[in-house]
Amino acid sequence: MRGWGGVSVPADERLGEDLAALTDGAVLTRGLGRSYGDASLPPPSARWVAGSKLADRLLEFDPTTGVLRAEAGLSLETMCRVFLRRGWFTPVSPGTWFVTLGGMVASDIHGKNHHVDGTIGKHVLSLKMRVASGDVVTCSRTEHPDLFFATLGGMGLTGHILEVTLRLARIPSRWIWRQSHQMRDFDELITGLERSAEWPQTVCWIDTLATGASFGRGVLMRGRWAEATEAPPNLPKPPFQPTVPFDAPAWTLNDLTIKAFNLLYYHKQIWPRVQGIVSPRSWFAPLDVINEWRRAYGAPGFTQHQCVIPREAGTAAVRAFCDILARRGGSGFLCVIKDCGPEGEGTLSFPRPGMSVALDLPMRSDTQDLVDQLNAFVIEVGGRIYLTKDALSRPEHVRVMEGERLERFLAVRRAWDPELKIRSALSVRLFGDPP
Amino acid sequence: MNVVILGATRGMGREVARLLAERGDALVLLGRDLQPLEAIAADFRIRGARSVVTARCDLADAATFGPALDFAITTFGRIDAVVLSAALFDTQERLEADKERLLAVLDVDFTKTIVFCEHARERLLAAGGGKLVAFSSVAGDRGRKTVGLYGAAKAGLSHYLESLDHKYRAAGLVTVTVKPGFVRTGMTAGLKEPPFAGNPDAVARDVVRALDRGAPLVYTPTIWALVMFVIRLLPRFVMRRVGF
Repeated sequence: MRGWGGVSVPADERLGEDLAALTDGAVLTRGLGRSYGDASLPPPSARWVAGSKLADRLLEFDPTTGVLRAEAGLSLETMCRVFLRRGWFTPVSPGTWFVTLGGMVASDIHGKNHHVDGTIGKHVLSLKMRVASGDVVTCSRTEHPDLFFATLGGMGLTGHILEVTLRLARIPSRWIWRQSHQMRDFDELITGLERSAEWPQTVCWIDTLATGASFGRGVLMRGRWAEATEAPPNLPKPPFQPTVPFDAPAWTLNDLTIKAFNLLYYHKQIWPRVQGIVSPRSWFAPLDVINEWRRAYGAPGFTQHQCVIPREAGTAAVRAFCDILARRGGSGFLCVIKDCGPEGEGTLSFPRPGMSVALDLPMRSDTQDLVDQLNAFVIEVGGRIYLTKDALSRPEHVRVMEGERLERFLAVRRAWDPELKIRSALSVRLFGDPP
Repeated sequence: MNVVILGATRGMGREVARLLAERGDALVLLGRDLQPLEAIAADFRIRGARSVVTARCDLADAATFGPALDFAITTFGRIDAVVLSAALFDTQERLEADKERLLAVLDVDFTKTIVFCEHARERLLAAGGGKLVAFSSVAGDRGRKTVGLYGAAKAGLSHYLESLDHKYRAAGLVTVTVKPGFVRTGMTAGLKEPPFAGNPDAVARDVVRALDRGAPLVYTPTIWALVMFVIRLLPRFVMRRVGF
């Protein structure tokens, strides 16, 4: 069994429609396994995890309020397909739709609209969970709030999420109106992003290999739901989804090919500004059209480093961070910058006001060293990292970044699970759980 | 379309029903226990099914077949298709060790399944035709060490379904035999996964396409058509040696 980036352990995933029965005695529940590192993998002593992806029933939907109750294994892809045509959409969409509702809650995922709509947790009304004692409990902002808030962004470590009740967002059409602008350097990019705050959805791609005058160049993308009058009347068609058939050989990925990719990506639009109607799938989850795209990184796999640099640290800190990347090289195809809004309610929720920087890192002999260096910088500016993407961070680094938040989280977890029955490879690595 | 489904609470049958629901078909869900049927009915309604009703029908109890199908016909006036995906399964080891269980698996997967199809045949023909989609298995294509007993029931079922299609297609009754390969469902959980394993939602797309076109036989995932073509060609002395 493997994490999305390629970390693997010898263990099985037990699938079934009845998640309540399946999670009985399970050390962890896994959704679609899209967390990059070891968050969805069991600790070394466990041989299996419960797999939720077949427990994906839609249980209740109120078309007047948009409140949906569904089982935790429901994939976002299915949810979007079913509700898009009825004029509803997920309130928050991450960069892939191959995730489950339970996983979205456990990671308290954010998206292009974070500066406006916050994380998914903000839209979750209640959760049904099997806690470590074996009991099935319902938690919300008023019922067992300690469990509820610790579970938002709690990496699945507070209990098995069985059902999620959340409020969907009403949309005016089924299409996105988007603009994408070439940004010639770092300052243009950051000011462009900050000036786009009135757009509900924004994100920047940045060319980490560009140096000199073009340091920090990239593409600013901003979008909103198209008005009914602008949008085509039909539904977006499901895209053709080719599959990367096998791991790419090691030589395909080197600084030259990554440089070429970045160059092409920057120049893929002929005009400095392109705008128009696109499908929500290609807007929110552009990489989903290529199944198993992780294989492009070859057998060694890859990881991602995503951190948020707090607003107090200023754009100079973001520039310094990108400068490390430009000087070190070693980054992958993708580096994405996004401004974050207010901190979520989840005890360990990732985003906080500032700039989030996410970058793919192919696994090489020096990747651990690079991650350590980046984390040291993140600690210096008072930021933190996104555990869902992490595979290589050290426990002492995470303890400093999370500080008192982590203490609060671990206290709630101990209250509900004194014997630490529910664990993951990640909790063993970062929180010192018994293997 | 108005479709009757026995086996819609889980596995491949559930995914087939979901696709039909999403395109607005009307569904009659048959099953042993009404509570899980009602729970999955809500899912189909949210997905867009025009209408969903449930009725009790136990594949182990032939007395329930006729009344359940008659209920479906009186509810919607007309039935266009009957889908049968329910079955029992166990590993070869378990079936060899437990005669009670073996009897149940052979009885449900062969005898009762055929009797159910006969009830469906009469009613569809009486209404001028329709489609019958039944799930057999690649396990019935060849005598194999690993699935001999379960496969024997499925081999008999495939034989029956083929003859049914030959005999009544001209009269308007189209029989679709579905032969899934290894599919990752609750039924196969814990088994060692062979190459070419498929997912239930992809299988369901193949099944619905076959239902619409009236294809007499569908292997799914499609690659299993090739795999089984080769397996069927292997001489017995080779088959005796392979662990497949």
